[in-house]
Amino acid sequence: MSTIKYICKRLALMVFVFVTILTICFVLVKLLPVTEAEQFGKDMNLILQRRKALGYDKPILVQYLIFLQKSLLGGDWGISEELYRGQEVWGMFVSKLPATVLVNVYSMLFSVPLGLALGTYAALKKNKWQDHLISTLVMVCISVPSFVYALLIQYFLCFKLQLFPLQMNSGSDYFTWSMFKSVIPAVISLGLGSVASFTRSVRAELSEVLTSDFMLLARTKGLTRAQATVRHAFRNSMVPIFPMILGEFVAILSGSLIIEKIFGVPGVGQLYVSSITARDYNFFMLLSAFYTLIGLVSGIVVDISYGIIDPRIRMGER
Amino acid sequence: MDKKTFDYNNIPKDKFEFCQRDESIHDKKFDTKPVGYFKDAMMRFCRNKSSIVAAFIILFLVLFAVFVPIFCSNKYTSMPTDTTYLQYTKLLPKWDLFAWAGMDGCTDMTLNKDNYYKKLAIAEETGVNPIVKVYKADYVDASSTTDTTFYDVRIDSYTNLGMTFLTLTEEEYRDIQEWQKESGIQVIYPAVDTSDLKIATLKNDASIWYKCTNKGMPKLDKDGHFQPMYKTTGSDGGYDSLRIAGDDGSYRYAVLAGTSEATSYKVRVFLYNYFQYRYGFEPAFVFGTNAYGQDILTRLAGGMRFSLVFAICISAVNLFIGAIFGAIEGYYGGKMDLILERIKDILGNIPFIVAVTLFQLHLAQKVGPIVSLLFAYVLTGWTGMAARVRMQFYRYKNQEYILAARTLGASDARLMFKHIFPNALGTLITGSILVIPSTFFSESNLTYLGIVNLDTSTRSSIGSMLAAGQPLISSYPHIMLFPAIVISLMMISFNLFGNGLRDAFNPSLRGTED
Repeated sequence: MSTIKYICKRLALMVFVFVTILTICFVLVKLLPVTEAEQFGKDMNLILQRRKALGYDKPILVQYLIFLQKSLLGGDWGISEELYRGQEVWGMFVSKLPATVLVNVYSMLFSVPLGLALGTYAALKKNKWQDHLISTLVMVCISVPSFVYALLIQYFLCFKLQLFPLQMNSGSDYFTWSMFKSVIPAVISLGLGSVASFTRSVRAELSEVLTSDFMLLARTKGLTRAQATVRHAFRNSMVPIFPMILGEFVAILSGSLIIEKIFGVPGVGQLYVSSITARDYNFFMLLSAFYTLIGLVSGIVVDISYGIIDPRIRMGER
Repeated sequence: MDKKTFDYNNIPKDKFEFCQRDESIHDKKFDTKPVGYFKDAMMRFCRNKSSIVAAFIILFLVLFAVFVPIFCSNKYTSMPTDTTYLQYTKLLPKWDLFAWAGMDGCTDMTLNKDNYYKKLAIAEETGVNPIVKVYKADYVDASSTTDTTFYDVRIDSYTNLGMTFLTLTEEEYRDIQEWQKESGIQVIYPAVDTSDLKIATLKNDASIWYKCTNKGMPKLDKDGHFQPMYKTTGSDGGYDSLRIAGDDGSYRYAVLAGTSEATSYKVRVFLYNYFQYRYGFEPAFVFGTNAYGQDILTRLAGGMRFSLVFAICISAVNLFIGAIFGAIEGYYGGKMDLILERIKDILGNIPFIVAVTLFQLHLAQKVGPIVSLLFAYVLTGWTGMAARVRMQFYRYKNQEYILAARTLGASDARLMFKHIFPNALGTLITGSILVIPSTFFSESNLTYLGIVNLDTSTRSSIGSMLAAGQPLISSYPHIMLFPAIVISLMMISFNLFGNGLRDAFNPSLRGTED
């Protein structure tokens, strides 16, 4: 019962935080000067009429109520004013989502098994040379920024060896071989960091569990080392790892701005960056809301899944 | 004294003496010094070899960032708006010390016959050959569609710059002549009689001084030499300086234009030697130059210096705000904690990139991009620090020693900062060290994406250098390589150093590393 109460409390808090952040963003965006009016060669009257028709001349509070009613509850985020002139913002956003999700799902499929395998191997070979090698690589992969090895991958794999195309294919045929081949560089550069962080946590957790007393008991009652590791140690070490994976799964929607830019992935991240440079405020509002929501939801999923995976953990208790 | 024959049961009385007669008996003082928390942390930190190495790398990088802009700036790097820069773009790294490692300013390439002869022409005229080495000469490439032949050569990017036209004033023209006489280095080469050339692009090509076809292919004489077509008529404003070999005094070194009061002199200069005249040293850039001819070394070091100072500032401000906020939250608890936690929730959950963008849009015009970026970092950055402090306060505030201090009448502020706060110091130091690499990372991210532009005339940020290098990655990888190496080194060493500190400050790990 307390879990449900805890979940409800967290959800209510999440809605509160989300709405507050959006309000701050909304007010700050509305306070900005209209860039269009300063540009040369624009018919000021036409612009003013259009803004009036869209309701942009009303007081901010009224506009805010309209925004809450129409956008947040009704799902109508207005039309693009600069980037894709006249297009529906929401429709544009939805059409960009698949590319981002595709790249990120592939990178999860690549990084989770690899991270778990490497971490387990390192924990089993603790303080041997294999462990030291893996730990060093993990340290390097975590520290070096993803765009540095994205550039290295682009230079060596795509340009020197010509294994992959330099940029991701455009178009919407997501499940063809050539598309798959063209996303591989982006997937690797996005996944390496996650592989490293999974490896590090699995190694830390597993090596702690492996030295605990119940492992000794398991060996004493006659299990082989492999049996004991798989049945007892691995499950227990998953308690902090699994929420981490779940959190990443929610976060895959948000993607990586920089990797999308380097490899030309026609996704949400690029849309966000170009909406900033083009000063397209409707896109900016929608994507800010999107990123805030992703961050909040992934945080909650992680916290709640702790309690569900391991009932001994009571969340929200002091 | 012989031990075996000594009678221990009957020791004569005079052999005894009092060991302490004047002093009172007390415990022996420790010969060793007491080991406190920080000393212990220091000792365990020093045992961690990788952290020590990381500390030295950080020291090296800091020295690099501090001293390179001081000692390596010269006349070239301190003249950022000079348009002559555009003549020296994309030069390759050259450092005599590391010439064996490929830093000789040269690159391998395949030339067709036309271009090969152009390089030969530079060599013939100036005596400096841009072609350092020929791997494979005059071969036919079967896959090529044209009927030309190819040469695999190694080209020196510095002398490969060749000739360019410059329009000088009277004063500059005389000055160069004076300098030529003093140093004995030829900068100005004779003007060319372009009347035989039919194509405008050939007329505007400063490198052409020989008879050639309409495609730019030189017409060689019987012995295979270039046939010069230098200008021998017209005035060159009384040129009185070095003349090239083979000049009988009839060659003209400038083309005059303008009025008689303000004459301008159009001359052909050899860019390598012109650099020497203009900046006082032979061109050699340790990290090469970028697409605008700016020196990568000093710009990179300047950017690093800025990043370091910026990151340390942010770390300090976050520490300050976070410590006070977390202390109040943790110490008072209850309603105060609830309200402050919500504020922290809201600020901590604003996506960083959204905060940066809004600050850039609102403040960058008024206070500049750097200050508005600083605000964005401070707005969202201190929450982590506050959470750490709050945790420590919850742990310690109900312990007996605090109760004792309270009973003795200590004020709240004294309890908070004198008695509880020192317990949180270890985690705080680690936290603020680890803020530095994450600031590097997000700053280079933002500048890479172009959301923030921190470039000035003398320094650049690593992110924008990488972004500028990416389109040129296939032909000029050095523009991107050095910033990438530097940021990787910085991130690795700061993370290793921070992790070493974290382990050292964690007393529960004592003894486990052995």
